[in-house]
Amino acid sequence: MNELITSTAAQLAAKLSAKEVSSEEVTQAHLDRIGDVDGQVHAFLHVNTEEALTVAREVDAIRAAGGEDAAGLHPMAGVPIAIKDLIVTVGQPTTAGSRILEGWMSPYDATVIKKIRAAKLPILGKTNLDEFAMGSSTEHSAFGPTRNPWDLDRIPGGSGGGSAAAVAAFEAPLALGTDTGGSIRQPGAVTGTVGVKPTYGAVSRYGAIAMASSLDQIGPVSRSVLDAALLQELVGGHDPFDSTSLTDSFDTLAAAARSGSVEGLRIGIVKELGGEGFQPGVEARFRDAVELLRGAGAQIVEVSCPNFKYALGAYYLIMPSEVSSNLAKFDGVRYGLRVLPQDGPLTIERVMGATRAAGFGAEAKRRIILGTYALSAGYYDAYYGSAQKVRTLIQRDFDAAFAQADLLISPTAPTTAFKLGEKLDDPLAMYLNDVATIPANLAGVPGLSLPGGLADEDGLPVGIQLLAPAREDARLYRVGAALESLLEAQWGGPLLAKAPVLGTEKTGGVK
Amino acid sequence: MADATLTFDEAMEQFDPVLGFEVHVELNTKTKMFSSAPNAFGDDPNTNVNEVDLGLPGVLPVVNKAAVESSIKIGLALNCEIAESCRFARKNYFYPDTPKNFQTSQYDEPIAHDGWIDIELEDGEVFRVEIERAHMEEDAGKLTHLGGAAGRIQGAEYSLVDYNRAGVPLVEIVTKPIVGAGRRAPELARAYVAAIREIVKNLGVSDARMERGNVRCDANVSLMPKGATKFGIRSETKNVNSLRSVEHAVRFEIQRHAAVLAAGAKVTQETRHWHEDTRTTTAGRPKSDADDYRYFPEPDLVPIHASREWVESLRAQLPEPPAERRKRLKTAWGYSDPEFRDVVNAGVMDAIEETISAGASAAAARKWWMGEIVGRAKVADVDPAELGVSAAAIVELNGLVEGGKLNNKMAGQVLDGVIAGEGTPTQVMEARGLVLVSDDGPLLEAIDAALAAQPDVADKIRAGKVQAVGAIVGGVMKATRGQADAGRVKELILERLGVSA
Repeated sequence: MNELITSTAAQLAAKLSAKEVSSEEVTQAHLDRIGDVDGQVHAFLHVNTEEALTVAREVDAIRAAGGEDAAGLHPMAGVPIAIKDLIVTVGQPTTAGSRILEGWMSPYDATVIKKIRAAKLPILGKTNLDEFAMGSSTEHSAFGPTRNPWDLDRIPGGSGGGSAAAVAAFEAPLALGTDTGGSIRQPGAVTGTVGVKPTYGAVSRYGAIAMASSLDQIGPVSRSVLDAALLQELVGGHDPFDSTSLTDSFDTLAAAARSGSVEGLRIGIVKELGGEGFQPGVEARFRDAVELLRGAGAQIVEVSCPNFKYALGAYYLIMPSEVSSNLAKFDGVRYGLRVLPQDGPLTIERVMGATRAAGFGAEAKRRIILGTYALSAGYYDAYYGSAQKVRTLIQRDFDAAFAQADLLISPTAPTTAFKLGEKLDDPLAMYLNDVATIPANLAGVPGLSLPGGLADEDGLPVGIQLLAPAREDARLYRVGAALESLLEAQWGGPLLAKAPVLGTEKTGGVK
Repeated sequence: MADATLTFDEAMEQFDPVLGFEVHVELNTKTKMFSSAPNAFGDDPNTNVNEVDLGLPGVLPVVNKAAVESSIKIGLALNCEIAESCRFARKNYFYPDTPKNFQTSQYDEPIAHDGWIDIELEDGEVFRVEIERAHMEEDAGKLTHLGGAAGRIQGAEYSLVDYNRAGVPLVEIVTKPIVGAGRRAPELARAYVAAIREIVKNLGVSDARMERGNVRCDANVSLMPKGATKFGIRSETKNVNSLRSVEHAVRFEIQRHAAVLAAGAKVTQETRHWHEDTRTTTAGRPKSDADDYRYFPEPDLVPIHASREWVESLRAQLPEPPAERRKRLKTAWGYSDPEFRDVVNAGVMDAIEETISAGASAAAARKWWMGEIVGRAKVADVDPAELGVSAAAIVELNGLVEGGKLNNKMAGQVLDGVIAGEGTPTQVMEARGLVLVSDDGPLLEAIDAALAAQPDVADKIRAGKVQAVGAIVGGVMKATRGQADAGRVKELILERLGVSA
């Protein structure tokens, strides 16, 4: 396989600034790879060929001209990236994976997109997702599921299955995702990639189509911990357009990843994130990772978060409540799909109803109905009110745990990738896949998932999740990079080198 | 079918009215409540909008600090408590003038609460109106329904929407139930809304133009049998947007409720539409306390913390309340009740204050404004201030009269010249050749001529009928073409005839 597509983003950035390769070559190599394998993987909803190449050539021209402009280029300039199709982009459609927005072109760029354009990263295209980011398998996309590059009959996780699969299939070195209950980390786990949900407020949400505003967070998807740190630094920081954005500067993330060490750190195993419901092969790889950390000088402690067992329940009240309000704007009046009722009078209520009936898929409707109910007069206190109290309890559990440990560790998801269709008719089983990732969203703390190896029983990737206190994203990258290098030393290279061959590559092995 | 009504007197014999008002005040901030789009009136539809106002996918609100400051000022002016911390909430309902299909408003945590305002009616009776809360929210867009008869959404062929107004900052001021107004309820309604309008205008936080919808009133009315304490069922008449209409709407609703109750029926809890042409209301939509807007805290905004230092610094910036200012000026100027009321009603209180501080006496300032300028403004159909007479010009003009350079008639001509833009009073006086004849010689000649022309009058005066002197003065003034000091002329006549005044 072409080395330009198997390199990490940091490696590509180094090669680009050394003028060993051009951005056009790198970008073209990825576009070629998309052309070669995306028919199988279906990670992309839109491929942005022309604009990506234009930006790449621009970077090459600036670099060739030298001088101040070249010196002023962002270190990541010219490294291509894919964007989850929940994030609005001028010049490309943004669908949120929904029929209701099919064909809609945003007149404005999300803040993260503005930063990516300013840094001159060619945008390869928009990646697939569960409709409005609601799902754990990408099967709820209105435009068909994405497939897991490790096994095309299996799900790539969700909702950000497209971004994770694109990175796992070497279609992009980097991607952006959004994580409301695990939508970056769980796809990372099941595709053998790295995914980070930053501290709530660390990356601007302006231009990320809201699912659940108090839980949503944009974050990086990559094949190395360092790459994720580089991307979070690039897109993060305070944004006056997002009132919930933090004023802290997160500019030591890449340095933390490069320093990677665990010596003297207290790492807490969360008692409640394991056992029943967790696949043996997942638990085995998790224990291996813990032992590696212990061997490298970390102090391993066990912590208890007794209220985590209520997290899923609270999440499935708070999230749909916010969904029911956030998705109200999709009504056919101003943009997107408009459906007229088949018969009967043509009133605004009926046009809104017909549009929403035709435009939303089953999972979106399920959550809108749940949330509408939970917020209703007479039920609010019992549902939304109680769930908010649980949220406070979970935050206190984290506070107590972080008093005993510098960092927490758990499996990212209870299982490896399941088969397409397996849980589609069983929403509760699907929701349970996020049991280990949801607490971080409820508390606003950062979480990172990195590959922990392959499960013995099915040979599929297992994810290890690290959780840090709010604003301590750098700590995640430091320990994540340390664990990554310990694991890769064992494997003799990145885990993705073991992934099956896709597309027209005949030679097999990855360089 | 028109609703039955009792006469107002009949209604008042049987029932006590209870009032309540929700007044929406549009703030005159440069930008909108949650976006950087301009807050401006009268521009082409859908031009003062950005992605936030249109509720496009992915947008987030950001609170306008100037709007928060204006809201705190309104709260302080209404003697409210200002919450140390308050939040926005989402009020969820589907309607095409609301781009997000929810309104970002305040629900259980308003920025200002528990205030009061004293309302003085024309005869000086004062009612204290308790303020429940004043909260911040955003305005909706404007819908125009076309093709239907009623101009309402039902029956319209199509509707046009203008989102320029969507997101304009609003403060909604809600009273507690107002009891005890009795037959003065309609007057009180008008005076309350007038007072709110005056306060927000005086604060400079709103243009306060009711005809543009800057101040909009929803009036709640219910009746209870005389002497009862349990409130009746209320109606809410929406968007009563002139002071006169507020008074009429409350009066009509009292009469309508009275007819319903007197017939033994129940008032329907509903919104009512006000019709200015017929001065009646018609039924709107049923409204119950169970209307479910699924309020929940706005997750895209963080709570607003109003530090005590901030609140106190805003309090220090508050202008003198209009009612207190009026009281102070009336005492300082020594005007009688009717004199002062006329000044206020003529809209020249500010002008008089300015004239006095420029050096005129209170009596002189009133004489010029009320006696001369208001009448001229009425003829020209403009506000007195628009005639462009400066306080300095009035002081100068008054000095010319008091110094004996001009008589009142000539001063009026000079004022006309000033209004016509001919210059300062002195310049006008000189240019028009208006010189008072003050040399006694020519005056005595004219007096002798006048006395000779009217010997019978001269005899009357000699006999002690001093008031008859006017006829001789008139003759002298005529002979001097008005350019004589009438007072001096009178003195000289009496002197001539050996009569003491």
